[in-house]
Amino acid sequence: MTAKGQGRTAFAYLTPALLVLGGLLAYPIYQLVLISLYDYGQEQVSGGAPLTFLGLGNYQNLLGSQQFWTVLGQTVAFAAVCVVGTLLVGAFLAILATRVRTWVRMTLFLAALGAWSTPAVAGSTIWLFLFDANFGFVNEVLGIQGFSWTFDKWTAFGLVAAQVIWCSFPFVMVTLYAGIKAIPGEVLEAAALDGASAFRTAWSVTLPLLRPIILVVTIQSIIWDFKVFTQIYVMTNGGGIAGRNLVLNVYAYQQAFAASEYGLGAAIGVVMTVLLLAITLFYLRALRRSGEVL
Amino acid sequence: MRLKTLVAVLGVGAVVACAPVQSGPTNTSTDEKTGQLRVWLFDEVNRGPKEAVVKEAITEFQGKHSGVTVDVQYIQVSSRAERFKAAFSDPKSAPDVAEFGNTDLAGYVSAGGFSELDLSSWSESKDLVPTILDTAKVDGKTYGVPWFVGVRALYYRTDVFTELGLKPPTTLDEIAPLARQIRQRKPELIGISAGGKYLFAALPFIWAQGGDLAKQDGGKFTAAIDSAEAKAGVTKYTELIKDDICPPATCAGNGGDASVEQFRAGKAAMTIGGDFNRKSVDASSAAGKYGVVPLPGKTAGSIAPAFAGGNLLGVLKGTQRKTLSNEFVQLLASKKYQQKMYTAMGNLPTFADVQKQVSDSDKFLEPFTKTLQSGTKFVPVTPAWAKIEAQTVVPTMIQEVVTGAKNVDTATADAAKTMNAAFAS
Repeated sequence: MTAKGQGRTAFAYLTPALLVLGGLLAYPIYQLVLISLYDYGQEQVSGGAPLTFLGLGNYQNLLGSQQFWTVLGQTVAFAAVCVVGTLLVGAFLAILATRVRTWVRMTLFLAALGAWSTPAVAGSTIWLFLFDANFGFVNEVLGIQGFSWTFDKWTAFGLVAAQVIWCSFPFVMVTLYAGIKAIPGEVLEAAALDGASAFRTAWSVTLPLLRPIILVVTIQSIIWDFKVFTQIYVMTNGGGIAGRNLVLNVYAYQQAFAASEYGLGAAIGVVMTVLLLAITLFYLRALRRSGEVL
Repeated sequence: MRLKTLVAVLGVGAVVACAPVQSGPTNTSTDEKTGQLRVWLFDEVNRGPKEAVVKEAITEFQGKHSGVTVDVQYIQVSSRAERFKAAFSDPKSAPDVAEFGNTDLAGYVSAGGFSELDLSSWSESKDLVPTILDTAKVDGKTYGVPWFVGVRALYYRTDVFTELGLKPPTTLDEIAPLARQIRQRKPELIGISAGGKYLFAALPFIWAQGGDLAKQDGGKFTAAIDSAEAKAGVTKYTELIKDDICPPATCAGNGGDASVEQFRAGKAAMTIGGDFNRKSVDASSAAGKYGVVPLPGKTAGSIAPAFAGGNLLGVLKGTQRKTLSNEFVQLLASKKYQQKMYTAMGNLPTFADVQKQVSDSDKFLEPFTKTLQSGTKFVPVTPAWAKIEAQTVVPTMIQEVVTGAKNVDTATADAAKTMNAAFAS
């Protein structure tokens, strides 16, 4: 087969995947970018008003708003705390799972799977009940009835972050546990024979071998936690007192979609997509530089 | 990086090539006299009695028009925005007649959803209370018939007031000192349950001072929330959400339901509640030991202008049975059926004479009908208001003042700025 023919065959094999990707990724992004360039509200959707092309007007509007930057900063910080928290808790429990007896491990996994499979709205509501100012179990135990966790900006953020970590650590834990289990016993044995300490083994043998998995769970967590909506929306009643617990997704919903400003909403969506792409690319490049082959 | 380039290329291509989708408004000229009339009404917690009255009206209507059937769908209030948006975007799935909230009117009309109604040939229409009929108008044109109205007044605990030897407030200025005194003497009670998100409780305070949310000048709205009068009202209202009356940690996040809930739970000595809250309060620990007075105005004996909430019945623009739709609206909103709806659901009628009739027979309604008769007010009738409401501009402003994040001057100035941006777009 000629090189050209080979290329054609390869392309033919790739076509179905490309079509799916095109349909599921490229077209929505295309529509998103398109809408973000127009003044596109309910009047325009239902044909009651003409379309006005704004160019970058929506973006100017957005980037010129002080609240946007505040919310963006909050989102980044909130996501960072959630990612670090999720990874730490997940990794700790994964390591724990490799060291305990079977029934303890089973219990741990069942509990984690329970948290994982709880729908976000239900989970958030249950946490709200637990932390209710007057009737909550937590306040009862701590003896601080009447203390509102969701009023203060920082306790509210802390509570939501704890909930997010609670429902996302199981993914990290299960994945890392599988990764640790997949490390060949000979490698660890060799390290032990060479006289490496437990810490040294973990740092120089286990961790490098787990790297691809850690990479995947980190990127996943960043994307998930950056896009948190349900927990903030439900637990802080749509963004907290005076909107001080807003994150980008809830902000987009409130300012744009609930207000039928789809153009502005699309612009926020584009900004989020670009940001996430940038973070992911930056992360990938940093890893590649440090010698990881992807 | 390649994806970004692709996105950029697509973006540029899109600008040149085409525009986002729009669905055209179908202004049909057909007016069929038979077939199925589709009606959307709001679902309610206890829908049974409402459904019975509606069924009665349908039977009467179908008896008068042979070959006509009426199909009623009960839609959820919480998802109404999506349902109506979908109906306007796709007239085929839209009903002919619909019940909708009067605050949604301006947005629906500008979206091209509802058609103008001509009530001149309907003899009963002259008895509709003018300020209530105004809530069905956009730019002087009527787009709906007020089906019922909801208005709020001051609920207070008679047992607490008797025990402390107090009398209900007679001016707006008396409310805060009175509430403070109650909390001082009974620290387990909230003086008055006011909420940071309870817009319809805050508005009378602003209106009573002579302020308003916005003023209209030649069809153009400008925010007036930063006027001296409005600021006085905001100051008076936010004074209530303080530790010595209604602690922010409890009250700042409360909307109307949560505010009334404090009163129901017996934790508040006063609250601002609607005629529609009666059933739930009667089923609570406050039952039998509360009274209601109109929310007092600035001077003794006056009543603070209340917000005239309520629902309208309207005819969708895309309907193919305009005459039938009009007739059905006029039947369901008629005096006869409003009276029946009052008996069934406790909905306050919108006709002056029917209002008087029901309040004469039920003393509980007196403070509410008095409030209605002394003049009610409304939010700005412009599609921008729906946007301002969705963006929670006014509640955020109140919460900013309550939490001390901003003072009244800054908070109202910022709110005015956001509102003006919405009015301008």
